[in-house]
Amino acid sequence: MKNRSLVSIADYSKKEVLRILELAVEFEKNPYQQLLNNNVIATLFFEPSTRTRLSFESAISRLGGKIIGFSDSSSTSVQKGESLKDTIKTISNYCDLIVMRHPIEGSARYASEVASVPIVNAGDGANQHPTQTLLDMYSIKKTQNTLDNLNIFMVGDLKYGRTVHSLLIAMSYFNTTFNFISPKELKMPAVYKLHLDNLGLKYYEHTDFTEYISEADIVYMTRVQKERFSDPIEYEKVKNVYVLRKHMLEKTKKNMKILHPLPRVNEINEDVDENMKAYYFTQALNGVYTRQAILTSILGIK
Amino acid sequence: MIKSKKQLSVSAIENGTVIDHIPADSLFDVIQILGLNKLDKMMTFGTNLESKKLGRKAIIKLSNVFFDEIDLNRIALVAPQAKLNIIRNYKVVEKRVVEIPDEIESIAKCVNPKCITNNENVKTRFYVVSKEKVALKCHYCEKITDKENLVIL
Ligand SMILES: [Zn+2]
Repeated sequence: MKNRSLVSIADYSKKEVLRILELAVEFEKNPYQQLLNNNVIATLFFEPSTRTRLSFESAISRLGGKIIGFSDSSSTSVQKGESLKDTIKTISNYCDLIVMRHPIEGSARYASEVASVPIVNAGDGANQHPTQTLLDMYSIKKTQNTLDNLNIFMVGDLKYGRTVHSLLIAMSYFNTTFNFISPKELKMPAVYKLHLDNLGLKYYEHTDFTEYISEADIVYMTRVQKERFSDPIEYEKVKNVYVLRKHMLEKTKKNMKILHPLPRVNEINEDVDENMKAYYFTQALNGVYTRQAILTSILGIK
Repeated sequence: MIKSKKQLSVSAIENGTVIDHIPADSLFDVIQILGLNKLDKMMTFGTNLESKKLGRKAIIKLSNVFFDEIDLNRIALVAPQAKLNIIRNYKVVEKRVVEIPDEIESIAKCVNPKCITNNENVKTRFYVVSKEKVALKCHYCEKITDKENLVIL
């Protein structure tokens, strides 16, 4: 993994994914280590994403690394019409690794082809966000003590949600059973179901929360956004259907945990937050350890 | 044999390449993909010819032009049934068919308007995920461009 860019979750083999998750365990035990004292890391956020940027910057700072970069492109030469190629080639000279987020899909793959340093994709439009996937997997492994043979429920916008798509691909290495809960307009795309068919993995589709949720090991919630609907009336009909409430947790398994990539709007009722099964805030903390593992592994330090 | 001689007599070529069985509406795509508009060789194009297989077909005859296999396979995206005759001394010395390659560079446009290849000066690159149905997966944005949405650059 040394010196190799991380653009898409498919860039890592199962073995490499497991190695990152093992390293993240070490960082959770000891998040403050002077490992990046001699490194400069650029965080280039061509579109703002405060949460992701701060998570990366926290990961770097806790390891003693220096950070250069910008949090949105409005004050940079990109605004003057500079090409992505020129921006990346120039900034490559100033750092050892580039973390980038960009609204254009495929921008991170392209950047990895023109940069002289490795690229870590922190989100390229609706395409990929692999560090989110790895932190989701870390959270699953930590709470279930395994990644194998789990039953994962994915809820909400399964059509456009890149986090659920990447998680599905990554978890399909581990004999996962999937349950998809979504409105008809936002169903899991056929290409992902075909992927599961080809691997012989089981999946079930529902249009609302079902009694089967009692079988879930993980409930992965996502936002259902109004702008995804062609018909606003459809949105009004379903907007309260995909909301998780405390009373729905009564018959769920003891080990069940609720994940959410955050930010949440109203899809998890606040009365769930105090429940033992709510894991989304710890999940965000796990992002710091996972990113420490990713950065040190690419820089060849771990 | 008599029939084919009659057809060729319009522009029988001594040495070169004849590309037959091009769907009529793909003729200009084939010209573009092979860069024929930039060649200074003698060429004959026929189009809207009757064909039992294709309905209406086009044919291209090129004097003293020979292609290597990689270049020719590029036209398979728009003319999968194309048949090639290599001519030497007025005789067909070789017949070839085309095959869609596993990877395709800078021929087709990515269907995704938010793709980097549609926003910056980046050459398109695809992995062919289905040859029968023509489905191309973008190397950059990872979206699929299918035959219905295929646009030749
Ligand atoms: Zn693309």
